[in-house]
Amino acid sequence: MAKKLKPKERMQIPRQKMPEQDPKERSKNFKEVPFGLTEEQALIEAERCLDCPKAPCVKGCPVEVDIPGFIMLIREKDYAAAARKIKETNSLPAVCGRVCPQEEQCEIVCPLHKNYGSVRIGYLERFVADYERDNDLVELPEIAPPTGRKVAIVGSGPAGLTAAGDLIKLGHAVTIFEALHKPGGVLVYGIPEFRLPKSIVQAECDFLADMGVEFQNSTVIGKMDTIDELFEMGYDAIFIGTGAGLPNFMGIPGENLIGIYSANEYLTRSNLMRAFDFPNYDTPIIHGKNVAVLGGGNTAMDAVRTALRLGANNAYIVYRRSEKEMPARDEEIHHAKEEGIQFRLLTAPIKFLGNSDGRVQAMECIRMELGEPDASGRRRPVPIEGSNYTMEVDLVVVGIGNSSNPLIPKTTPGLKCNKWGNIIVDEETMLTSRKGVYAGGDIVTGGATVILAAGAGKKAARAMHKYLMEEVKK
Amino acid sequence: MPKVLDNVQMSDLIWKMKVEVPRLVAKAKAGQFVILRVNEEGERVPMSIAGLDKEIGALTIVYQVVGKTSALMTTVPAGGELSDCIGPLGMPSHVENWGTACVVGGGIGIAPVYPIAQAYKEAGNKLITIMGSRSKELLFYEEEHKAVADELYVCTDDGSYGHHGFVSDVLKKLLDDGVKIGMIMAIGPVPMMRVVSNLTKSYEVPTWVSLNPLMIDGTGMCGGCRVSIGGETKFACVDGPDFDGHQVDFDLLTKRMNAYHEQEREAMKRFLAAPGCRLAKDVEKFSYPD
Repeated sequence: MAKKLKPKERMQIPRQKMPEQDPKERSKNFKEVPFGLTEEQALIEAERCLDCPKAPCVKGCPVEVDIPGFIMLIREKDYAAAARKIKETNSLPAVCGRVCPQEEQCEIVCPLHKNYGSVRIGYLERFVADYERDNDLVELPEIAPPTGRKVAIVGSGPAGLTAAGDLIKLGHAVTIFEALHKPGGVLVYGIPEFRLPKSIVQAECDFLADMGVEFQNSTVIGKMDTIDELFEMGYDAIFIGTGAGLPNFMGIPGENLIGIYSANEYLTRSNLMRAFDFPNYDTPIIHGKNVAVLGGGNTAMDAVRTALRLGANNAYIVYRRSEKEMPARDEEIHHAKEEGIQFRLLTAPIKFLGNSDGRVQAMECIRMELGEPDASGRRRPVPIEGSNYTMEVDLVVVGIGNSSNPLIPKTTPGLKCNKWGNIIVDEETMLTSRKGVYAGGDIVTGGATVILAAGAGKKAARAMHKYLMEEVKK
Repeated sequence: MPKVLDNVQMSDLIWKMKVEVPRLVAKAKAGQFVILRVNEEGERVPMSIAGLDKEIGALTIVYQVVGKTSALMTTVPAGGELSDCIGPLGMPSHVENWGTACVVGGGIGIAPVYPIAQAYKEAGNKLITIMGSRSKELLFYEEEHKAVADELYVCTDDGSYGHHGFVSDVLKKLLDDGVKIGMIMAIGPVPMMRVVSNLTKSYEVPTWVSLNPLMIDGTGMCGGCRVSIGGETKFACVDGPDFDGHQVDFDLLTKRMNAYHEQEREAMKRFLAAPGCRLAKDVEKFSYPD
């Protein structure tokens, strides 16, 4: 499409739909649900961009990707250059193209959004990242000469990987310490294969390793070495991106029955340990026939769709508010519904009942109605007295969020945390109360999104670079 | 990858493995545990520390062949490697001078109680050690315990060696004889820890037990290792593994440890059926209770 189109003509171009696996088919396998745009589709979608001078989409993006810039490169069919354009500010385009809530960030502010549907920025991001990787066009970026400064990154989730990528490019020596045996953090243990294939996360980590980042997996900071010991080992600055890894439970009777998992455990078994492929992999997982997942976020959607793929006859989302208040992405709710997930809204469990082996058999629930808005601005659910009823369940997954893991705060004197245990940082620099120690991602914000964590890693890297060059003498 | 220095059969189904992990060993203390993964497809299994050789940076674990993963562990030769050995995890055992301290090791628990016995002794306690197993062939570490303990009692359930009876019988006799014990640490099968805890509760002697429930990450992230202590839910991986034996809900612990009974049996069957499996001849030993 070489000819120049007028904005009105661009608005007439049909918005592209991503092909995906049929819901009936995919609810039985762990393969990725959407296939990605074809090249032809990507070219059509790219033509929809008005390339508006104000580019509100860029401001909508937590890491300020030059969105019109990369879309113009797609029009020129220089997909690898488009991918590199994204990577100037976002190290993880193949990941973000899949799991970012674009509809609330860059796409919602697109001028086309209201009347025509926004440009599918997320789809295009995914397209160029996949194109680059699948065609072996990934090139290592230029790396500044060694500065002689050493950085330790604790945690290899989106915040840590992003900080590592930025700092290595600036010439610092970077080591990532990961507690689990594979890098990627929540991208590996939390998000299922059908939403984010693990080969993609591995490719992102391999890319960092090729740039010179050293990965030390299976190393639990706070147990093996403390933050202070990392300084003694010669690291000049430290970034803490350990995530929100302490699962919340309901605190109701019967919660320790067998067959009641935290979402972390359920998803880690299936994703990291590949229990869905038992007995080829050794880690077992309970296959429920009637599965209730408690919660309404993306994690709950991931868990309930996993349960379906593991053979559930009935897979329920049990959520105490209404669909409108659900924190999950619309796309995830839509996918879940297509696959046959049943939503039990305005419902809260109050008790779990088990058999003599201590396995969960049923869940007593109470119906709720929405009252006045609470502190979060969402209408508060209020129990309807006498509305109790019992659901038959043989597997329950509690996906109501995480608190912050105290392993590092507890072993780091002088590291200030708020009352929820989240590390307190300066919002601009991500500097903690300890000199040379920065933090970002869920350990600072509590459970949030991949891209916000990546954005925090980015901010921290910028400030750490300044600190390393100005205050650390070599 | 962590190198296996030694992996020897000590008795029927009990093996001892020495793993070279110098950084971990430098930090580890008595009462902590590690998580092992044998290979890429392997589970993450928690293992109590049964010895720390700080000089060569090696860790000893003693394990019993009960299922696929422990069976697989026996196949790693000296000089071979594990995929991962992660730790030290959990809180170290609480150690102080109580005057007289007593450690009780039952079955496989004879091993992890040994470094704690050493620590109690080093803290200046008079140390009483009681160790026991089903029969003489299953006993090990007697020399090690003898070298540390001021008084050592050995017993077997079938009377084939030492005192005929359970570790709890010996402990009861000591308490009945009026021996003043400031602290007891009991490690072994859940029924043994339960019996010891029930006993010492009536004598009002503080008693620690070390719990080893199923877990994945070992850092507080999954909550699979939930235990109930005095009615409150705790995570054994970060809050334990040592807990007040008088507060532990042993019923819940027993049930939760059987959560994957069927899958474990299936995995073991498959493993034993593989061509050339050396353990296949012992298949009847692995008959899981139905």
